[in-house]
Amino acid sequence: MRITLEDVEYRYSVNTPFEHLALHDVNMTIEPGTYTAVIGHTGSGKSTLLQHLNVLLRPTKGRVIIGERTIRAQKKKEKNLKSIRQKVGIVFQFPEHQLFEETVEKDICFGPMNFGVPEAKAKELARIALKQVGLEQEILKKSPFDLSGGQMRRVAIAGVIAMEPDVLVLDEPTAGLDPRGRKEIMDMFYQLHKDRGISTILVTHSMEDAARYADDIIIMHKGTVYQKGKPEEIFSKPDQLLELGLDVPDTVRFQLMLQREMGIRFARPSLSLEDLVADIKEAMERGNRL
Amino acid sequence: MGKKLVSLDHVVFNYEGSDSHAINDVSFDIYEGEWLAIVGHNGSGKSTLAKLLNGLHFASSGVITINGSELTQATVWEARRKIGMVFQNPDNQFVGTTVEDDVAFGLENNGIQQDIMAERVKRALMKVKMDAFLDQEPHHLSGGQKQRVAIAGVLALQPDIIILDEATSMLDPRGREEVLETVRELKEENVLTVVSITHDLEEAAKADRIIVMNKGQVHREGSPIEIFRLEDELIELGLDIPFSVKLSKALQKTGLDLKNDHLTEEELVKELCELHSKM
Ligand SMILES: Nc1ncnc2c1ncn2[C@@H]1O[C@H](COP(=O)(O)OP(=O)(O)O)[C@@H](O)[C@H]1O
Ligand SMILES: Nc1ncnc2c1ncn2[C@@H]1O[C@H](COP(=O)(O)OP(=O)(O)O)[C@@H](O)[C@H]1O
Ligand SMILES: [Mg+2]
Ligand SMILES: [Mg+2]
Repeated sequence: MRITLEDVEYRYSVNTPFEHLALHDVNMTIEPGTYTAVIGHTGSGKSTLLQHLNVLLRPTKGRVIIGERTIRAQKKKEKNLKSIRQKVGIVFQFPEHQLFEETVEKDICFGPMNFGVPEAKAKELARIALKQVGLEQEILKKSPFDLSGGQMRRVAIAGVIAMEPDVLVLDEPTAGLDPRGRKEIMDMFYQLHKDRGISTILVTHSMEDAARYADDIIIMHKGTVYQKGKPEEIFSKPDQLLELGLDVPDTVRFQLMLQREMGIRFARPSLSLEDLVADIKEAMERGNRL
Repeated sequence: MGKKLVSLDHVVFNYEGSDSHAINDVSFDIYEGEWLAIVGHNGSGKSTLAKLLNGLHFASSGVITINGSELTQATVWEARRKIGMVFQNPDNQFVGTTVEDDVAFGLENNGIQQDIMAERVKRALMKVKMDAFLDQEPHHLSGGQKQRVAIAGVLALQPDIIILDEATSMLDPRGREEVLETVRELKEENVLTVVSITHDLEEAAKADRIIVMNKGQVHREGSPIEIFRLEDELIELGLDIPFSVKLSKALQKTGLDLKNDHLTEEELVKELCELHSKM
């Protein structure tokens, strides 16, 4: 499913003293089956943008086209948003704060059943989703509140996956997880993206994750799209990112240090440790100086 | 090392209704003026440990001593005056209707005078760059902003020890570095002891000492150099090693003749420079 934003503006608390322009002139298209990373400073509008992708927020100007549906900035109430919410699943930051049912099973089944899936089928979806997030079936009958933080996170994610969305929207999904948990969850999302062709939109502060997983990177700055490009393009202009108060991947930061201290020149940004090692070896042996 | 401020002696803790030990025979000391990082996988007992130190839970067996006196129901209020704690999820910590009230709340509890209080609250909020939000409702702030306010609340109390339980997890990398730098400055100005529970390895690398928790036990204790030398062992525990250590190791594997462990990228660049000039 394709999602397009055209001239989108969003103001919080319109016509109150707290009115706040959070998004303006946002234009972008998320093609089906792609993996997009959204990066940007805190307050740049990333979370506000994400909430437009499944109509949790409606633009105050412009329009959002989600598959066949067009969401416009109008006063009249938009009907039948359920099907959009089923197709576009959002994993919020710290999603475990939204767990509420007595058992893990009920919590995961809540979404699908809310969208009209019969109970037996929902339970089956719950079992599959639980397996996908790397949890044992035993915990289905447990209370989510008896689980560890890492397990609660996975249960919350399973709840979104069980709705079988076409598009997954992830708002910093690994904050607070330990390094292994972080890698497992990120790899799991990537696998889902590959296996099921799920379009994935990831908001992240980890430039390493953006470099590793994304086809495209969108930089948000002061409520609008500052730039969009492939990871190689975005990270070949590190100065620009640093100016925006953003980081570059560890590997690129290290290249910059070498460039500065040693005069070694690199032809391209290294986007993985393996690439960086190869590029350093090559440059050292070449004895390449500026 | 400074004098012993806190010591844990064979501490065991079980949550009610759980048959396993969340904390299982843990002993270590905290020294005055140090920055102690505690790392460990999710569920390894770090937050439980923090709550035991702050008297939110009491050890099932074993003893915690703070400044020479045993931590018990009778001494817990005294202990909380010395130990300020910032939790992982700031929502559970807010009590005031405005940011200002919230930061002032702990001070009122400690019977601090009104005028001194207002001044301290303002200064603490300035330190974390939240003074512009004085009159706002805490619940309308973003997660990262809430974390800043929670940290200000503890700074205002001017405790001897501050425990940060993943207290910057909702901040972006720049924001996190800013807040940590503030805490570092305060540590230098006053004699503040910092216990920082974190998954951020670059932060742990800057600590004086690291404790690695695993399944409710202290797995290792040592300087950052000693701990990050463990490499594969850390990865098996679900943890990671700093980027410079990883890169240094990978370069050595390809036959580059690097001699040292590199806890910082600067050190690694320096050695590469030396090597390069010889080539
Ligand atoms: N519920 C809200 N009411 C008013 N302003 C808000 C609300 N949520 C976010 N904002 C403001 O909108 C801007 C963009 O916020 P957000 O989309 O959360 O940014 P990001 O996710 O990039 O940190 C910020 O200035 C923020 O303070
Ligand atoms: N309120 C609680 N009730 C029961 N068990 C708990 C509770 N809080 C934590 N636990 C369990 O205690 C262990 C340690 O948890 P915790 O101290 O939160 O670990 P960490 O902070 O290292 O992630 C885990 O197995 C966790 O599931
Ligand atoms: Mg956000
Ligand atoms: Mg914890």
